[in-house]
Amino acid sequence: MSEWKFTAKEIAEKPELFASGHRACAGCVPATVHRLVLKAARGPIIASHATGCIEVSSTIYPYTAWRIPWIHTAFENVAANASGIETALKVLRRKGKIKNEHVDVVAFAGDGGTYDIGIQALSGAAERGHDFLYVLYDNEAYMNTGIQRSGGTPHGAWTTTSPAGKVIPGKPQFKKPIAEIMVAHEIPYVATASPFYWKDLIAKARKGLEAEGPAFLHVIAPCPRGWRFPTEKGIELSRLAVETCVFPLWEAVDGEYRLSAPSKVIALKPERKKPVKEYLKIQGRFRHLFTPEHEHVISEIQEIVDKRWKRLLKKCGIA
Amino acid sequence: MTLVKQKVLAMNGDEAVAYAVKQSDVDVVAAYPITPQTIIVERFSEYVHNGEVDTEFVCVESEHSALTACLAASAVGARAFTATASAGLALMHEILFVTSGCRAPVVMAVVNRALSAPINIHCDHSDAMAERDSGWIQIYAENSQEAYDSVIQAFRIAEHTDVLLPVMIGLDGFFLSHTLENVKVLPDETVRNFVGTRKFPLVKSHEGKLVPFRLDPENPITIGPLALFDYYFEIKRQQEEAMRKALPIIKQVHDEYAGISGRRYGNGLIDAYRLEDAEIAAVCLGSTAGTVKTVVDELRSKGIKAGLLRLRTFRPLPTEEIKNALANVKAVGVMDRACSFGGFGGPVFHEVRHVLYDLQTRPHVSNYIYGLGGRDTSPMMIHQIYQDLQQIVETNRVEKPVQFIGVRE
Repeated sequence: MSEWKFTAKEIAEKPELFASGHRACAGCVPATVHRLVLKAARGPIIASHATGCIEVSSTIYPYTAWRIPWIHTAFENVAANASGIETALKVLRRKGKIKNEHVDVVAFAGDGGTYDIGIQALSGAAERGHDFLYVLYDNEAYMNTGIQRSGGTPHGAWTTTSPAGKVIPGKPQFKKPIAEIMVAHEIPYVATASPFYWKDLIAKARKGLEAEGPAFLHVIAPCPRGWRFPTEKGIELSRLAVETCVFPLWEAVDGEYRLSAPSKVIALKPERKKPVKEYLKIQGRFRHLFTPEHEHVISEIQEIVDKRWKRLLKKCGIA
Repeated sequence: MTLVKQKVLAMNGDEAVAYAVKQSDVDVVAAYPITPQTIIVERFSEYVHNGEVDTEFVCVESEHSALTACLAASAVGARAFTATASAGLALMHEILFVTSGCRAPVVMAVVNRALSAPINIHCDHSDAMAERDSGWIQIYAENSQEAYDSVIQAFRIAEHTDVLLPVMIGLDGFFLSHTLENVKVLPDETVRNFVGTRKFPLVKSHEGKLVPFRLDPENPITIGPLALFDYYFEIKRQQEEAMRKALPIIKQVHDEYAGISGRRYGNGLIDAYRLEDAEIAAVCLGSTAGTVKTVVDELRSKGIKAGLLRLRTFRPLPTEEIKNALANVKAVGVMDRACSFGGFGGPVFHEVRHVLYDLQTRPHVSNYIYGLGGRDTSPMMIHQIYQDLQQIVETNRVEKPVQFIGVRE
């Protein structure tokens, strides 16, 4: 895979394939994620979307924010959409029914559409080896339906189906390691990204498009409504998620893990690793943990973050 | 149009379907195996692996993904086909509505099989009847020959730019799917010419241009948006309009096909058998019609004016044809191979009785639910239905409007 070099100016001058004027909430980071991913487009591209926030807010008929061909069919099947699109492009090109040029395929889904209801179609598409980029914009709950917990919701987080109750303080379970599950599918490219590190994100989206076969890009996408933070804090949280190692940045090319620069700095200088508390305290969904009776949950979160970080370093050949 | 010389091949219904798909210049097949549909995907896999077709076959991980992949491929402009049965169709339920709503002309063979529980692999129509309102055209084949012919016709109907609706071809599980029959097949080239290439209607893109209705990077459009109370209803209304428009097109495609194959199935919508002067008539779908015809012949030889109306096309419902065909019959016995639990009779009964209500002088209409889970339907049982109809005519009243035939009570 040759590295695509680009400057901020070039990115700014590239057309906005995800147009403004959509009806996402103020401060919506997932919308920014979509915009950045599409900045990585290298030519003709078709997008598909699972049901979710961005799907509904970007295509309220008769309007659309998509300047590229786009299709939504249902919630649990965006990887099957991509399979069908990629297959059709391949055969129609072969038969001369469409122009003989390459068209990229990108599938977008939130955490619900990926970790939970969509994992079967995703796993199947990965196993079959369709050539497409799957972008998981992870806002860590079913935000479209009003903040319900998903397999991507972190431990201790309040949601409307994991309330901060007197007995059970938020979500008891831990976040499913979805990107590693995708690496286990032995697909050519898996990466994590954060919109604060936008250059890294765009470069990874590009690598995902360039990879021959399935590629999976897991992007942390803070949601002001669901995470309960002021609208201007989304990008800062995207940064803190990385700095606390809650959401380390890495990529696995053909199964070989390597840390990306922002996380590598922390690996090399562990004193730069911030405590998870700094990330949690900005977010209302963790507010209940900052009480004497639930403080232990913060320690649990720190423990799992440390454990997973250590495991990742091992996979990356560090430590 | 002149008749074409045809080969006779010994095939079961599933093989006949696979053969029709092989000849129809299909671009994408995405399917998941389920009894009794399996032979279709097996044969088609052989065609692919032996290089006999230029088709991409996607062996998906579920029927839900099978139909999704077909729908998405169709949206890109591909001719797409899938096949399923029973639980597989039920798993597709959600996407059936999405496919018709996106106006994707996907063709699917449904090898009709009972729904669980208890689990049962044999024939009845509960699978397809549960999808009656999914916006798919439904055509039921009487034999494997008709299954072959109907699949070929289905592509033309589905892709007609006045229709643009998905089509289901129903064939009875095991009775057709696994039973060897002599099937006449058209030459490859004839079928290829008949189905032609997909045409795309022009739609107004969000950039205000008239562009082909497909996902094309040069002319981007959005398919499957969110439409709320301000637009959803109009979009659904258009689907109903397309169903109405499909009626003459099904007939037209059927007639054109008859011109080259020499084979007719009534007028393509309904298939009337000895019905002109009939006093009593059965109405049924699918393979049962063969048995019923034998019984009709026996009754006729005894001077009993019996007839049969086979509904070939169930969606869109050919209301005028049904009305005209049954207007002068005294008693109609509607046979249902599916239950509508807690309802007043089976689904075909609902429809037929409902259509006949408008007639000035209405025939008596009674319902016979039969053959669930593949229960054999013997000529004796059909005789029982006609005897009941004779009694209705004699007494001028319907004693039991809904009866279950061939079941231990």
